[in-house]
Amino acid sequence: MVSSAKTFYEDKALIFQGFQESLEKAGENNKLYKFLAWVLSWIFSTDHKRVGILYLITMAAFFAIGVSLGLLIRFELFLPGEQFISARVYNSVFTMHGVIMIFLVVIPGIPATFGNFCLPLQLGAPDVSFPKLNLSTWWLFMIGAGLAVLSLFVGTNANGELMMVAPDGGWTFYVPYSLESSANISLALSGAFILGFSSMFTGMNFITTIHRMRAKGMGFFQMPLFCWSLYASSWIQVLATPVVSITLLLVIIERFMGIGIFDPSKGGDPVLYQHMFWIYSHPAVYLMVIPAMGVVSDVIAVFSRRTIFGYKAIAISSMAIAFVGYFVWAHHMFTSGMTETAQIVFSFLTFFVAIPTAIKTFNWIATLYKGSIHLSVPMVWALTFVFLFSIGGLTGLLNGAINADIHVHDTYYVVGHFHYTMFGGGMVGLFCACHYWFPKVTGKIYNESVGYLAWAFFFVGFNTLYGSMLVMGLLGMPRRYHDYLPQFTIWHQLSTIGAVIMVTGLIIMFINLLKGWINGPKANENHWDGRSLEWTHSASPPILLNFDKDPEVQGGPYDYDGEWK
Amino acid sequence: MSNSTELHIEENHDHEHEDYVGDKMGMWLFLFTELLLFGGMFLAFLVYYISFYTEDFHNAGKNLNVMMGGGNTLILLTSSLTMVLAITAIQKKNKFLSIFYLIVTIACAGGFMVVKYFEWGAKFSHGLYPAKLTSLAEYFGPSIIPSLPKGEAIFFGLYFTMTGLHGFHVMAGVAVLLIVLYKVIVNDIDSEKFGYMENVGLYWHVVDLIWIYLFPLLYLVA
Repeated sequence: MVSSAKTFYEDKALIFQGFQESLEKAGENNKLYKFLAWVLSWIFSTDHKRVGILYLITMAAFFAIGVSLGLLIRFELFLPGEQFISARVYNSVFTMHGVIMIFLVVIPGIPATFGNFCLPLQLGAPDVSFPKLNLSTWWLFMIGAGLAVLSLFVGTNANGELMMVAPDGGWTFYVPYSLESSANISLALSGAFILGFSSMFTGMNFITTIHRMRAKGMGFFQMPLFCWSLYASSWIQVLATPVVSITLLLVIIERFMGIGIFDPSKGGDPVLYQHMFWIYSHPAVYLMVIPAMGVVSDVIAVFSRRTIFGYKAIAISSMAIAFVGYFVWAHHMFTSGMTETAQIVFSFLTFFVAIPTAIKTFNWIATLYKGSIHLSVPMVWALTFVFLFSIGGLTGLLNGAINADIHVHDTYYVVGHFHYTMFGGGMVGLFCACHYWFPKVTGKIYNESVGYLAWAFFFVGFNTLYGSMLVMGLLGMPRRYHDYLPQFTIWHQLSTIGAVIMVTGLIIMFINLLKGWINGPKANENHWDGRSLEWTHSASPPILLNFDKDPEVQGGPYDYDGEWK
Repeated sequence: MSNSTELHIEENHDHEHEDYVGDKMGMWLFLFTELLLFGGMFLAFLVYYISFYTEDFHNAGKNLNVMMGGGNTLILLTSSLTMVLAITAIQKKNKFLSIFYLIVTIACAGGFMVVKYFEWGAKFSHGLYPAKLTSLAEYFGPSIIPSLPKGEAIFFGLYFTMTGLHGFHVMAGVAVLLIVLYKVIVNDIDSEKFGYMENVGLYWHVVDLIWIYLFPLLYLVA
């Protein structure tokens, strides 16, 4: 259904309407007012599409900071010994790399960006259930992110001198070190605490939207699988985040008041902190990956022109991952001195969570089988997800086995493993989504050849970077070390070279997408011939309230006959 | 309530989407997060109570004033009742009565905080306050918590954190109750449109409910 109405970019922005209009009126002669009105129309818009784009832009900025910090680590480690940053600063750099990448990029990740943009479109709704709450999540995100980034720069050291005291000791903020460190721990933790609210509100909003705002004729099992994945991850956001919120709050209270709860010198139990931290943070791992799985399910079906194989199995396995994911947290703590019984139980449950993950993977492969496959750029990214995430998942089994974990615990093997899952999973899923929904968001199309080139750089660089980490971890290189023995030099150098190649790919991809957005050729209304509502019933880019009239669903989101038009 | 449900589901493209059931659903999800937030603290409490310091917790619990805690329990229970009465009153189009019950609810919340003030003040004056708050030493003398047995020190740490966080929720409750009061006065909430008030009521009951668990855990553990 092609509409000639204004796109949401040109239309009104729904909140502070009067103020914006008077600014625009004043702006007829004054460029500054005009610019102000334009900025207001974005940062105070309750339109889910604008909120999604806001998230996308801000997250891209934080991602760039995170990548720079990561590169800094890799350059420092190119040779043994100290190169250009001291051991103390090194601690801060890897901590902030973790904090920014986890809390500001991967956790909000796909739900905050394309979840916001596409969920109502895919459901056939004019907006999410609570548009104002939705906007407030972005503001909370910015406040939390601001505090986290601020903690990078300012503060006083133990002697009261103003200096850079970015948090050190890792993004997990393990006690008792995080209680004693003179770095800006409290500031960073307050940031994470506020980010938690942003995440919870997004989850509440999505669950309510999915329950209440599906189009006529769309039951739960007629939703696109991306919606299912958002549903599963939203439950994780709602049910797990409060636990980490209270845990981080307790650390802050401990630092200011000394109540003794996690401090062994006052009778507290530091292992309790680890339990409470991972009760959230392990489900959060699935929160990062499940939406990516949803994107990949959609993309694989569209680009092989086949009905997705095992729709219900994929949908329910998302919920199963979210559910079982709650009961595996202590596999992060096999060396912390738990009882053997606890170790065995958690190890078993960890293997169990591999089952729903494998169900998805096999269903994707079965969808590809005899499909009419088009290797367009989004499809290449989707297959990359399957490949890299499989490596991430299989290397995870080694971590889940108690005996093997004792060997690889706290080595670069773990670093390699979680980058394969988080980056090769969560972020590659986001890149896939960027390329797949690009024509929907912008109405234009990027240069596909350059898209392949960026992917090639990324793929080669990624595997060199993290593959060598897996190897040197098995050889015994511990993680988070500022220095290393000479026999690891070759692996560190390979890793750094891989990092440079990968970042080159990321830069090419970023420029390609940006160029496409600014002056790319116009895309077709339904560029990839998708069958879900965002492609069939709304314009590209969509109008303000998404649909001319409320859509009614006939047929499923993957009704393909195997032919390309 | 079913006819009012029908009344408020109207899908209109020009209006902001109104959905009575959806609003309720969102509120219940939020309440889950509140319960889990306190759940983390209950978990910590139980770990220390059951696995480490049963005896110390019993001894420390004896220092708490059951009369004040019990009185506060009564106050909160009463306020939950008046909250429900206020909602019923507005549903029966009795605006005046509703305002009266809302004011009683807010007064109960205030009373709760006043009792809390005297309770904490008494603890402070005995030197029972978190040891790192050294600025309090000027008024109350040095904190005696570091000299207590470790389990008792942990108990008081949890006591101040849990009741403090709960007190914070009570104050947040007062803030939203004042908004409700304002909305009732200006007819923003009436017998047709009371979803907001019901949701605030739900929140208030949860604040009450959390206290009902806090009271026996902390005060009656001795």
